[in-house]
Amino acid sequence: MSVIYVLLAISIVVAVIFFAAFIVSVKNGQYDDSYTPSVRMLFEDELVKTTTTTKNKKNPTK
Amino acid sequence: MDSLKCYHCGDECGTPPVHFDNKDFCCNGCKTVYEIFSSNDLSYYYDLQTSAGTTPNLVEGKYNFLDDDSIIEKLVEFNDGNLQIINLYIPHIHCSSCIWVLENLNKLHGSVVSSYVDFPKKTVRITFKSQYLSLKELVILLTKIGYEPYISLDDYGKTKKRTDNNLLYKVGVAGFAFGNVMFLSFPEYFQVNGFWIDQYKTLFRWLMFAFSLPVVFYAAQDYFTSAFKGIRSKILNIDVPIALGIIVLFMRSTIEIIFDWGSGFFDSLTGLVFFLLLGKFFQQKTYSFLSFERDYKSYFPIAITRIGKNGKEENAQVYDIKKGDQLLIRNQELIPVDGILISGNAQIDYSFVTGESEPVNLNSGDKVFAGGKQLSGSIEIGVLKTISQSYLTQLWSNSVFQKNKSDNFQTLTDSIGRRFTVAVLSIAILATGFWLFYDSTKALNVFTAVLIIACPCAIALAAPFTLGNLLRIFGKNKFYLKDTTTIEQLAQIDTAIFDKTGTITTSKKSTVSYEGLELTSDEESLLKNTLRASNHPLSRTLYNILQEQDIMTLDDYQEYLGKGIEASKESSHIKIGSASFVGKTLENNLEKTSVHISANNIYKGRFVFQNEYREGVSRIFKSMSKKMDVSILSGDNNGEKSRLELLLPKGTPLFFNQQPEDKLNFIKSLQSQGKKVMMVGDGLNDAGALAQSDVGIAISENVNVFSPACDGIMDASKFKELYKYVLASKKAMKIIKLSFMLSLAYNIAGLYFAVTGQLQPVIAAILMPLSSISVVVFTTGATNIMGRKLK
Repeated sequence: MSVIYVLLAISIVVAVIFFAAFIVSVKNGQYDDSYTPSVRMLFEDELVKTTTTTKNKKNPTK
Repeated sequence: MDSLKCYHCGDECGTPPVHFDNKDFCCNGCKTVYEIFSSNDLSYYYDLQTSAGTTPNLVEGKYNFLDDDSIIEKLVEFNDGNLQIINLYIPHIHCSSCIWVLENLNKLHGSVVSSYVDFPKKTVRITFKSQYLSLKELVILLTKIGYEPYISLDDYGKTKKRTDNNLLYKVGVAGFAFGNVMFLSFPEYFQVNGFWIDQYKTLFRWLMFAFSLPVVFYAAQDYFTSAFKGIRSKILNIDVPIALGIIVLFMRSTIEIIFDWGSGFFDSLTGLVFFLLLGKFFQQKTYSFLSFERDYKSYFPIAITRIGKNGKEENAQVYDIKKGDQLLIRNQELIPVDGILISGNAQIDYSFVTGESEPVNLNSGDKVFAGGKQLSGSIEIGVLKTISQSYLTQLWSNSVFQKNKSDNFQTLTDSIGRRFTVAVLSIAILATGFWLFYDSTKALNVFTAVLIIACPCAIALAAPFTLGNLLRIFGKNKFYLKDTTTIEQLAQIDTAIFDKTGTITTSKKSTVSYEGLELTSDEESLLKNTLRASNHPLSRTLYNILQEQDIMTLDDYQEYLGKGIEASKESSHIKIGSASFVGKTLENNLEKTSVHISANNIYKGRFVFQNEYREGVSRIFKSMSKKMDVSILSGDNNGEKSRLELLLPKGTPLFFNQQPEDKLNFIKSLQSQGKKVMMVGDGLNDAGALAQSDVGIAISENVNVFSPACDGIMDASKFKELYKYVLASKKAMKIIKLSFMLSLAYNIAGLYFAVTGQLQPVIAAILMPLSSISVVVFTTGATNIMGRKLK
């Protein structure tokens, strides 16, 4: 049994893993909206700052 | 004067501005919104974009229909009694701060669980606890912060469309297989024989075979079905030689590896399919914020107020409205059905239906038609016809709306494909015939080699990349087309028909002329000060045009909805408004929008508003009329005829008083004369004509607002460039033809190897990608150079 079989098996397994990841990402709708997440990501830092101060002020009715 | 800008909306602050929190606001509305944001620690909104808000404008009772459970049920995506999920379309979403505010809705109201914005589609998906916050309250909350959702009949019970990811999967499969097959075929490129390769080549070959299976049977599916359809309807489209090439590649490669004749052409096979699919993918540019398939449903309301038998008002879904019902139409509401006016001051704007911009005054007993918009106060109407039988909506039962234009259109690629297929098949048969005679062992080899090498990969790629790229360039220039076929059709246009109102005129009316007795300076000052208090669009326009006057306080001021305004100061008295309001009997000058003035009960004169024509109308007609037939088809009356004749080249045919049906039939009759017609329009009244024409282009002041079903949407500011875009499409077709020559050169080179029977897999594997890549580089490069000139 040559090492080439092991290498081939590994290479194909790795390729299949990435291929599966691609299929899953399309299924999850990651390709439906490719713009908003890029903007949303930039808000995160600011959010942390504001949420700490809002907690005590939050008013569930309005 | 002070040029204070409102902190919230950026409008000029009135005098005096509203001061709050050391900031200036133009109105209390903006102040309130600021208060809501700042008290909830959302003032970061203003850091993202200054003056991000616009004035919220809530019509009382507009969303009463959202109290109705059966309507809610049709609108929401999910509802379990506690939680509801709704996807709302908010046309106002335009910047990153919009995303930020809408995704922080849960801070404005505790019952909002989460909200996600889809920016390109301008939608927000909100999950909320419905027992604490009803859908109506949610919509009103959104409206208050300036993000009024647009809910129309189109949303009602529509099946949620999933985006079609099929092509994406296919590209993924083909790319995956292509990469792996390339990798596995490398050893045999460099080593023809030897101990190592002899030992492992069978394994490599069968692995390649395995990888190519999903490519042939899944990824390339569309080519087989398209080729099959083409042959069945006796058209040799470009997919026929492609499908033939794929089948031959696969069969020959499989036979080769079974009998150990060679390594097969799996690398070329997977590469071919991958490149072709990439081209298809590139061609598919969709503008998710636009819709090219709108009909009247996107304009019509979901529900309307019905007056029940006991006189109570109730919400009725428009499909449930029956003949004999009584409806209450509020100010600014759209009449969804044909009916008869029972009571109220009806002033109805039929611009949706006819394109006529002047509102019509009606008396009780008159007929009202679906699609009209009530402009002043509430009216009551009795229903004569249900929504589907109404005059405007019947237009959509015309067969034009059922057929798909691009189905019958033969693209340049397909027409070349026909000749190409014939040529390839005859070369293959001739070469095989020669070899049968000369060396029959090679005959089959040559036959398959010709079909493989002649597979028109590069030809099939030329059009998608040229047109796909042009589609993107047009998109950047605010000219949005439905698909690439539209560009090809645009290039063949020889007749252009324009609508008038809203298409070659702007919606603003800013050219004003005064006719009548001269006003004294006192009267002028009173006029200006009276107009200052009015919010009517015509008053605002007139106010901005009149000379600056000292500000004074009026003793008395009264505004009559739909009629006019009346004011007095000391002994002078002024009336501004419609002719009947100022006490003047109408003459025959009905067709002009005008504001009449009377001072101290003496008729003075009138300000006449004129439609302003778009910039460059005259020039564009001049240059277009040299190359094609141009005419105007207007739903309006002929009041502007003399002005248009001055503006347009001599002899331009002008047609007035055209009903939607007439416009459609007009285009049809031109087409039956063999003309390729482009229709440029804007409203629902053009919908039939836009659908019937070869290329229907909708002009829109704001592309986010609605436009009827069409093939392309153009931003109004780019109207003057329209002809340039037509010329660019023509040039694009030339680029495609040039790249056909380029790929033919490669094919001829390849055919030499094929016909002489010396086609090696490695040659095919080099030639095919090389020709494809050079075609892609050439087409995108050429279109980019052309695109630069467009700006």
